[in-house]
Amino acid sequence: MDTPVAPIATPRTDDFWPRAFANRSFVIGFAITVIIAFAAALSFVWTPYDVTHLVVSDKLKPPSAAHWFGTDHFGRDILSMIMVGARNSIAVALVAIGIGMGIGVPLGCWAAARGGWLDEVLMRFNDVVFAFPALLSAIMITAIFGPGAVNAIIAIGIFNIPVFARVARAGAIALWPREFILAARAAGKGRLLITVEHILPNIANLLLVQGTIQFALGILAEASLSYVGLGAQPPMPSWGRMLFEAQTMISIAPHMALFPGLAIVITVLGLNLLGDGLSDLLDPKLRRQR
Amino acid sequence: MTPFLLKRLGIGIVTLLLASIVVFAMLEVVPGDPARMMLGMNATEDAVQALREQMGLNQPLIMRYLSWIGGFLTGDFGRSYTYSVPVAQLVAERSAVSLPLALISLFLSTVIAIPVGLYAAAHRGKASDTVAMGASQLGVAIPNFWFALLLVYVFAVALRMLPAGGFPGWGAGVWPALKALILPAIALALPQAAILARVTRSALLDVLNEDYIRTARAKGLPRNTVLWRHALRNALIPVFTILGLQFSFLLAGTIIIENVFYLPGLGRLVFQAITQRDLIVVESVVMLLVATVIVVNLLVDLSYAVIDPRLRNA
Repeated sequence: MDTPVAPIATPRTDDFWPRAFANRSFVIGFAITVIIAFAAALSFVWTPYDVTHLVVSDKLKPPSAAHWFGTDHFGRDILSMIMVGARNSIAVALVAIGIGMGIGVPLGCWAAARGGWLDEVLMRFNDVVFAFPALLSAIMITAIFGPGAVNAIIAIGIFNIPVFARVARAGAIALWPREFILAARAAGKGRLLITVEHILPNIANLLLVQGTIQFALGILAEASLSYVGLGAQPPMPSWGRMLFEAQTMISIAPHMALFPGLAIVITVLGLNLLGDGLSDLLDPKLRRQR
Repeated sequence: MTPFLLKRLGIGIVTLLLASIVVFAMLEVVPGDPARMMLGMNATEDAVQALREQMGLNQPLIMRYLSWIGGFLTGDFGRSYTYSVPVAQLVAERSAVSLPLALISLFLSTVIAIPVGLYAAAHRGKASDTVAMGASQLGVAIPNFWFALLLVYVFAVALRMLPAGGFPGWGAGVWPALKALILPAIALALPQAAILARVTRSALLDVLNEDYIRTARAKGLPRNTVLWRHALRNALIPVFTILGLQFSFLLAGTIIIENVFYLPGLGRLVFQAITQRDLIVVESVVMLLVATVIVVNLLVDLSYAVIDPRLRNA
């Protein structure tokens, strides 16, 4: 019997990085993501100014050497707030992906392994969740259970579930008829064992790519929720809330609106580029035409 | 009707039914008694009980669900707790803002995205393609409410060309009302256009590799004729699918954008109703939005048969 052949090119560690560094999307996306993650991590130990410290005499200062991104209406340093806000955005988006993957992937794999009515039922539930505009339901959930970072995470996480379920199911369904799975079944392995040993490792790449996309969407969703006041609560800085506060000051201090928005755009752009790059590198069959 | 259409219709109905149960159940778990909310904290227990009876809150769960769904189907959405007017009237008033807003943005995003996607696909790999796709990558990353703020700063604060927010109502004339919708519509349309342009481009690239395109070119048809008549037509299915899905994003987007511009639309209505615990309004408007999404996606699926005769008997 032939040795099992992975259906989707699994990167060998020895040639992944050289290929990765030749991929423009990956390099730019990776660099941006690392910088943002570093800024967020750095904010735990150091920020240019203390974000809880209000200096009213310094309020609404435009960008200068002392305050690179200027100050807000309480005299807080905007760069420092963006650094601390990055923490919040990243944490919310990451945990929401954890919820989506943790529930969605087993459901998708289960649907693919069993097929039949179970598959049909699970997919119908997926359709239902998809029919709810995610942001609308997130607003409902946070409004019902109260605003705050935790409820924002749950609300965004719920909408990651069907996304991962769909990706996992599609990946798994393509694998089940393959010969190496057949061989495993002939060897007497059960569906659960096959899923864990053969299906999951082979759909990991797909999930990683989808994870990057959901990360970017999570950052946007968190920003929207905290913009309407349902995300992280003050004094915890968040990018969306900073933009909400900037709105009333737009005519006198446009810099307050500029920098938090740029932080969101650059982060989301970086993650999307990283996702594009990863999908090129890990999944040649699904490569997007460029 | 072909089996495909029947099956699709059946799935649509089941989805609607499940969605209605989800909406109903979600609001059942909300803490707080609507009757007490309406009467205030000083109301006597008897008055609250009387109102509960009148509102049908004392009936069993299943009866309340059935009467809600029955009313919904006949256009009787109940009365708003806070506004004390029929919900149907509120929905009609607010739709006069949201519907034009959604349609203008859908129109804008389509007229921007399809030519850009076509152009990029026709110039694949050239500098113009890279620029167009770079711009669309940026467009996808821009949160619509931030873009809205930038538009307000440029067109309302700096240039004073358009209003920064508010809505004069259609009674004030078509032009003043449209003026109030221009910036919100652009803010909503941009991210959608970015996604749509990418989809159009990649759908076209798939089609452009087909034999019949080579044949059309070989028989001497001009490049643009082939692109618009042969390629675009065949690339429309994925484009339509995304347009249908985007409708859902657009509806969600109106909630945020209407808040940015203080527009009295459905999105702002549902947002305010949630914060005021006006559950009957939330229930009806959310169900209406969800039903719209499901029906639009169903129509999109059914329209494939019109776009592509090959699918009619599939």
